Amino acid sequence: MRRARIYGLLIAALICTMLLALDASAATITLWHSYRGDERAALEGAILQYNESHPSSSMKVLAVPYEAYANKLTSAIPRGHGPDIFIFAHERLGDWSKASLLEEMVPSRRDADLFYKSSLDALRYDGKIWGLPLALKSTALYYNPKLVPVPPKTTDEMLAIMRKLTDQKEGRFGLAYEAGSFYFHAAWMFGFGGAIFDENGQPSLNSDANVRSLEFVDRMMKDGLLPEEPNSALIAQLFNEGRAGMVINGPWFAGEIEKDLEYDVAPLPVVSETGLAASPFLTVEAIFLSAHSKHKIEALAAMRYLAIDAAGIRATKGRQAVALKSPQLQPGQQIDSLAASFLKQAPATTPMPNNPLMRAVWEPAAQSLRKVLRGAAEPREGLNKAQTQLRVMTRPAPDAKDPTIYIVLLVLVILGVLAYWLYWMYTNEGWRDMRKAGAAYTYLAPAALSMVLLLFVPFIVGTAVSFFAHRQGEFTFVGLSNFVNILSSADYPASDPLSFYFTLGVTILWTAVNVLLHVSIGMALALMLRHKWLKLRGIYRMLLIVPWAVPNYITALIWKGMFHKQFGAINGFLVWMGFEPVSWFSHFWTSFAANVATNTWLGFPFMMVVTLGALQAIPPELEEAAEMDGAGPVRRFFSITLPLLKPALLPAVILGSVWTFNMFNIIYLVSGGEPEGATEILVTEAYRWAFTRQEQYGYAAAYATLIFLALIFYSNTTRFLMREKKG
Amino acid sequence: MRGTSYLKMVLTNLVLILLCIVTLYPVLWVLKMALTPSQAFSLSPNPLPDQISFQNFADLLGATDMQGNWLFGHQLFNSVVVSTATTILGVFLATTAAYAFSRFEFPGKRVGMIAFLVTQMFPGVVMAIPLYILLDKLSLLNSMLGLTLVYSSTAIPFCVWMMKGYFDTIPKDLEEAAFIDGASRWKIFTQITLPLARPAIVVTALFSFMTAWNEFILAATFLAEETSFTLPVALQSYVGDYSTDWGRFAAGAILVSIPVMALFFMLQKHLVGGLTAGGVKG
Repeated sequence: MRRARIYGLLIAALICTMLLALDASAATITLWHSYRGDERAALEGAILQYNESHPSSSMKVLAVPYEAYANKLTSAIPRGHGPDIFIFAHERLGDWSKASLLEEMVPSRRDADLFYKSSLDALRYDGKIWGLPLALKSTALYYNPKLVPVPPKTTDEMLAIMRKLTDQKEGRFGLAYEAGSFYFHAAWMFGFGGAIFDENGQPSLNSDANVRSLEFVDRMMKDGLLPEEPNSALIAQLFNEGRAGMVINGPWFAGEIEKDLEYDVAPLPVVSETGLAASPFLTVEAIFLSAHSKHKIEALAAMRYLAIDAAGIRATKGRQAVALKSPQLQPGQQIDSLAASFLKQAPATTPMPNNPLMRAVWEPAAQSLRKVLRGAAEPREGLNKAQTQLRVMTRPAPDAKDPTIYIVLLVLVILGVLAYWLYWMYTNEGWRDMRKAGAAYTYLAPAALSMVLLLFVPFIVGTAVSFFAHRQGEFTFVGLSNFVNILSSADYPASDPLSFYFTLGVTILWTAVNVLLHVSIGMALALMLRHKWLKLRGIYRMLLIVPWAVPNYITALIWKGMFHKQFGAINGFLVWMGFEPVSWFSHFWTSFAANVATNTWLGFPFMMVVTLGALQAIPPELEEAAEMDGAGPVRRFFSITLPLLKPALLPAVILGSVWTFNMFNIIYLVSGGEPEGATEILVTEAYRWAFTRQEQYGYAAAYATLIFLALIFYSNTTRFLMREKKG
Repeated sequence: MRGTSYLKMVLTNLVLILLCIVTLYPVLWVLKMALTPSQAFSLSPNPLPDQISFQNFADLLGATDMQGNWLFGHQLFNSVVVSTATTILGVFLATTAAYAFSRFEFPGKRVGMIAFLVTQMFPGVVMAIPLYILLDKLSLLNSMLGLTLVYSSTAIPFCVWMMKGYFDTIPKDLEEAAFIDGASRWKIFTQITLPLARPAIVVTALFSFMTAWNEFILAATFLAEETSFTLPVALQSYVGDYSTDWGRFAAGAILVSIPVMALFFMLQKHLVGGLTAGGVKG
């Protein structure tokens, strides 16, 4: 064992050195992106060509998984570990330019004319241009020519086609798209003349035009013309099986269409009621220059190459709708047909606002959309609620406070604790005990050191953030304001699902129910699996471990799919048994149950393994003696097995409940907090404050600190339990 | 055991088989998506694949970066090294600490135990950026050593509590006897106590391994080269902003699960092997 560890550390050290050596080459331009498939292949082709003709300033590429990409950029760039240039959608450039992560672009008049005007406009913030546009992405209308020979030019035509093709019972639809997503709904909103922000740049989600656009979709849903609970997997399946005549989706959808299915893409229709074209969001994928780059001149050359010279390969092999008006093509080559179709939609698109306020719009807008389409609210009511929520989430930071008093208090507290400790040590001969216990400290030291350094220190730093408010890259000290806001439930009444107390209640319930189920199932299985006459017990154990072994990202989403109202396996089973299908995510208890079912499936193997281990500490003679004395199996379990299991099992139960309390993945992936944030637990709320609601890191940190304090309180009660067991 | 009724045996087996089916049902879908050449997410209630193709596995295993490096090989190696190192380091640090808590009395014992518990309550949201800065200052960013240290520290608290609980059930008389005979504390620890705690070591080893093996977000944030990515990071590359390559992702999920199952299979006999000679306890 020791040898393996030494080898491991040696190898790690070797790799570190190699990596450091690699870094030392001059003028290598580092490029980050998160492309996959055709786009990635085209990009790499372009880079290879560039590197051949520019050997002294070649590009080094890193493909980053999308989930981690934005965070990685904002962590790495300010500390000098970021790329020189990177490719990203334009929407965050407002935040980034304010945080001084980007270098301003000053393209020449001739260069600027090479691109479509809307693509450059999308990259404008504060009167400056912040990147070079690469490609345009928006949704358009996919259609199946066998079902829809001529694509509709107006919404009236579209509705006529939908009425002809739709049969709810058969699961056939004229149109299928993610109606509950604000991103997709925006096309109709702009088509009805609506807007997200008013002339002063303030959000106006509940304007009359917006309400009319929602009424339009609501009517389609109520008339049964749209599939319920639409998600991207369902849309793809319907289209592939020929059960959807039209789909509103973006260029990425082409990768999900079956190879032998014929399809075509047309611009979205004109809204008959207003005469305006339905105008979807335009995302401009652009290449940005880091303000911290050390090779800005070479980097800029590389950027121009990718945006201008490489447009040809991107428009053909990469199938991108490039932002360059006339990409250079090889003789005989043509722009990819998919790209050409999406380019036709481009004139009727609305650039996604890069205003930092925009990031806070998604959650309330989506929640109200889903609520209205579920039939739980009328369009105007739903949008009014969204507007209120948005106002709360974008409220200005609390007033700045003077930190001196707090610092003085902190110093006093630390001195007080120190003084008390020294006094206690002196009067209780603590020093002598410490000297005698030298061996213990030696055994303890390595673990303690790594914990202090790698857990306590970051935690203290992180908690300190809760005394600040963060808005667009700036931290202001606000003392206890964040805590006061949360605990006094300033924004929401305590019974509202978004208030701290409601979420606390849900979290406690969630923890209790899960731990109970995990422990009982895990223990029951472990007890069943120790019978010697069970020949296959090794196999059973292996199979029952599987939920723990498979990455829970994919299994959580599969469970979510199983709970789908119309096409999920659970409702399929219920219908087969003769029950009504349940709309799992529309009500609190069913949504909660779905989360619990998924988490229990994921969690019982761990408890089973721990119990199997703990059972080994019980001498079999004890149980055999009891059996001979005539005690039944239940009595044996409660008087002998359970008490002996406790010391080894209790840590797992206590820690299991702490982990469940902070279980982020399941809530986020399965119910997503539906309905309307009611099934959110404290840790997912904290996450949303940090990452989706305007990056209010201070508020999120305060939330996290409160979670921590709640758990401390909980551990004190279980410490009481532990003490009893010592006897 | 003699006298166990036939009915009991049949019933137990039936219950276990039913539970196995319920447990494996969602995973069958993962297998189905992995074996189907499309990248769409499967929604039909039938979890059996209607066509079998290994294209997704081929894509996954054959991926190379621009310099032609074999990505899967590098990433598998990185994952194995980091996870093994985490397991060894985590178990080592935890067993010594747990031994101290179990066998010694010293000032700060209670506080120490609580401190270990308390660290588990730190929500991850708070830790990611400070950890980044810390590793940066220690020049451990983009290194397997850095990741190993972070993962071990995350796994230690549970391991300490688990091992301590287990050590507490091992009677001290054995150790006292050896102590009187002149054996050193370290010798007692390694030759008497540890072997008796084998099941707990297996549990903590499995736990530490899993903590490191499946972790994605810290690895993706700290690592800077595709060849230094670990497997979970590579797997998440198939999840994009608008769509996910479900076929390849599912294939990756299967591949990533196999070593864990293999590890469990190998460690099983230590987990339930039971203690050797009688007369060891009581």
